[in-house]
Amino acid sequence: MTVTDTDTDTTPSLRGRGIGRFADRAFYLALLGAGLSVLLVLAAIVFRTTYDAWPVFQYQGFWSFLTGTEWKAGFERDSFSGIYGAWPFIYGTLVVAGIALVFALPLAIAVSLYIVHYAPQRLKKVLSYVVEVLAAVPSIIFGLWGLLWFVPTVLQPVSNWVSSTFGFIPIFAGPVPNVNYFHAGFVLAIMILPIITALTREIVAATPMSEQEAAYGLGSTKWEMVRAVVLPRSVSGIVGASMLGLGRALGETIAVLMLVGGSQRWGTRLFFGGDTMAAHIAATFQDAAPETITGLLGIGVVLFLVTMIVNMIARLIVWRFGFRATGDAI
Amino acid sequence: MKRTPRVLAALAALSMIAAACGNDDGGSTPATTAAPATTAAPATSGAPTTTEPSTDEVYVPIEGLRGNLTGAGATFPNPVLQDWQFVYSGDVQKGVSLNYQSIGSGGGIEQFLLQTVDFGISERYLRDGDLEKAAADRGCPAIQVPFLFGSVTIVFGDAQFDDLILNAEVIADIYERRITKYNDPKIAALNPDRSLPDVDIIPVRRSDGSGTTSVFTTWLEWAATNGTGRDGNPSRFGTGDEAQNWTLGSGTEVQWPADVIGGQGNEGVSVGVKQNRGGLGYVNQAYALIEKLPQARIINSDGNAVRATIEATTEALEVLTVPDTFQFDILGVGGGGFPVTGAAWVFLYECGYSENTANMLKDFWTWATQTDEAIRLASDLGYAPLGAGLRARVAEAIQRVGS
Repeated sequence: MTVTDTDTDTTPSLRGRGIGRFADRAFYLALLGAGLSVLLVLAAIVFRTTYDAWPVFQYQGFWSFLTGTEWKAGFERDSFSGIYGAWPFIYGTLVVAGIALVFALPLAIAVSLYIVHYAPQRLKKVLSYVVEVLAAVPSIIFGLWGLLWFVPTVLQPVSNWVSSTFGFIPIFAGPVPNVNYFHAGFVLAIMILPIITALTREIVAATPMSEQEAAYGLGSTKWEMVRAVVLPRSVSGIVGASMLGLGRALGETIAVLMLVGGSQRWGTRLFFGGDTMAAHIAATFQDAAPETITGLLGIGVVLFLVTMIVNMIARLIVWRFGFRATGDAI
Repeated sequence: MKRTPRVLAALAALSMIAAACGNDDGGSTPATTAAPATTAAPATSGAPTTTEPSTDEVYVPIEGLRGNLTGAGATFPNPVLQDWQFVYSGDVQKGVSLNYQSIGSGGGIEQFLLQTVDFGISERYLRDGDLEKAAADRGCPAIQVPFLFGSVTIVFGDAQFDDLILNAEVIADIYERRITKYNDPKIAALNPDRSLPDVDIIPVRRSDGSGTTSVFTTWLEWAATNGTGRDGNPSRFGTGDEAQNWTLGSGTEVQWPADVIGGQGNEGVSVGVKQNRGGLGYVNQAYALIEKLPQARIINSDGNAVRATIEATTEALEVLTVPDTFQFDILGVGGGGFPVTGAAWVFLYECGYSENTANMLKDFWTWATQTDEAIRLASDLGYAPLGAGLRARVAEAIQRVGS
């Protein structure tokens, strides 16, 4: 109605009025809070677990907790009587996760290349969808399926054959029980396959069309194009994707628990029934006495450290290969 | 309450631990341990006076109960508790609901001591240290009573080994990998009438921490350390000069040798036994009975080879000497009793409950331990109930809740 009112209406509407500026500030603070909460939760977990596990590190010594090969649970309330050496579980975790990655990574790359570059249009969608569904299968289902069907009908005969044929090589020596490092690792490979595939598919698909066409223009076959353009482009992304898969493999609990053997020993044979850190915590926590729970929390701290170290190594590799990055999402 | 006089009369007649509960007219009979040496349980419990302790007599429902009870603990009795809960809340006390979380025996003790639940259940009885902590934190003593029993038996994957006779020493040798074949001379000596194949034994054990492992290893450890081998007791170790020992100790988890295969839960052990040729494992008797797994017969302290049945487990309990503290392991079983048997205990406090909660606890646990219906539900699942002598003592102990 007044002249001044008209004046204010002419100011750019995006500039915002008082309430808008306040909202901006509030929005910023909310996001800051969200960002900080992640840090806080992580800090709370790390701090509390370490704090609770401290007595066992003091009792056993941190180094001998890491390298000790004997784990003998004690049953005291306020003191320690057991022996806590977590090496069998650390070793088992690395071996099982390593086996999983060895099988999952090449397959994931192959599946991605097929989906992106070779599959007919209609199959592409179906395949991508199936991979996503595979990622949604709960791990307990993998565990049950592995234990009751996949291991006895598929893996066990293969393992028996490998063991009887190549048994003269120490790592393939028998006996082959139904639960061992290899069987757990192989089922785990199936479990991490969709995660790695989902990422590598995106990475492979992100190769610039112009470069692909340039390769074709120089007379490349499809295979040569993939080898010369797509794969080099995708290295850092693939490393990142596999590290994400490895992260899941290191922490996977239930399915591994059912398939790895759950022993407190370790062995250099592939078909040895051992245990992993997460599986051992899950298996024995329920009936553990207070002192052993402290020991299990110690394993939790070590598992966190191992995961962190693996992640750092992944970062280093990505950084080392860190060119023409498509792996920014990692 | 109308039930109190009847209960007290019956209990006083049975003359259980009089001092602890302030049962003023008690003390008439000095039977501090139940466990008559004979197996004629009904006779024992009925002996002192004229009351006829038909089991249902002890339980009279408290009227007008309404509320919720929470408990936590062992997984072993969980199937029974689920059935009890269904029948109890459905037919007996419609106003009372029961929430039992089977978080494990260790968790049962911890949650009970932290006072987050109304009752705790464990396959391990509270040790003196636990009881002191409970009394200090709560301001009054804790009560623990056994309420359910189950044996741990050896099962095979191959039906041809059904009824194979084993003793503690042979079982220890198998699990410590000193005996690796079914036709080992030590096994052949126990089974002179069988022809045993030249098959490798693959021992399977629980990979999770469990009361089953605890019962099994406690028995082996006891057998190893309580036999000098000179008394001719065939269930014990050391019948020869080359006698070996049980070196793994006992507990919910022990450090098994390499190549003793792990299985997650009874199901995992059963799978391991079936999938590995020559598999042999230990599982709960209830599980073995329901799954109809081929079982071993195990030699008890009287030298009898016994197959795990509910009757054999119940018989093991009849000859058991249970102290007033209810802290006991079931060892040295003879007669027709099955030698490897464990119990589940329920933990309650004497004070600190609201009156309603205390009444609900007394009502439920009296029903669960004393009525034919509850006992039948447990037996149907392959669990052994309390023997008559023990049952009356348990009934009295439960009355101390809220006293």
